[in-house]
Amino acid sequence: MAMDAAMIERLIKESLPDAQISIEDLRGDGDHYAAHVVSGAFRGKSRVQQHQMVYQALRGRMGNELHALALQTSVPDE
Amino acid sequence: MDITVQDRIRQEITDAPVVLFMKGTPVFPQCGFSAAVVQILSHLGVKFKGVDVLSDPSVRQGIKEFSAWPTIPQLYVKGEFVGGCDIVREMFETGELKQLLEEKGVSVRA
Repeated sequence: MAMDAAMIERLIKESLPDAQISIEDLRGDGDHYAAHVVSGAFRGKSRVQQHQMVYQALRGRMGNELHALALQTSVPDE
Repeated sequence: MDITVQDRIRQEITDAPVVLFMKGTPVFPQCGFSAAVVQILSHLGVKFKGVDVLSDPSVRQGIKEFSAWPTIPQLYVKGEFVGGCDIVREMFETGELKQLLEEKGVSVRA
């Protein structure tokens, strides 16, 4: 089942309102995305914790409706 | 979560220093993301144990709950969750993965 990029962005924004998100639909099939999420909320967190915050924002869709989301997270430049 | 599955997973990550929960086996990965991590570990000359989650649905679900991580593959080093494919790849590219393995006393190809 596919999921559109706007939906992914909206869900992430709900949990991480300051997030700057860029999403690329890798195959144009609505099922394989690459996302880069930049948020101040990631500061001081490990990569695993940062990714877990994004997965939490997606509320269980990752690994289900959303098959593949290559994720990169970072904190904003000072 | 089924207590026995949780115990089995804990046993797996304690018994071997480097464990990869993956789809398929190290020789025949059944998913591109699992294959990518196998390739990285092989490139580093790291000995690891592959646990095929496709052969056991309870482990497939159990490891996601155990790690609070929704996807496979998942890499454990000395009982500690390192990450999935994206994180492992990023850490490999920056040299952090090799550093982590060395710090944990896992032998890595020089």
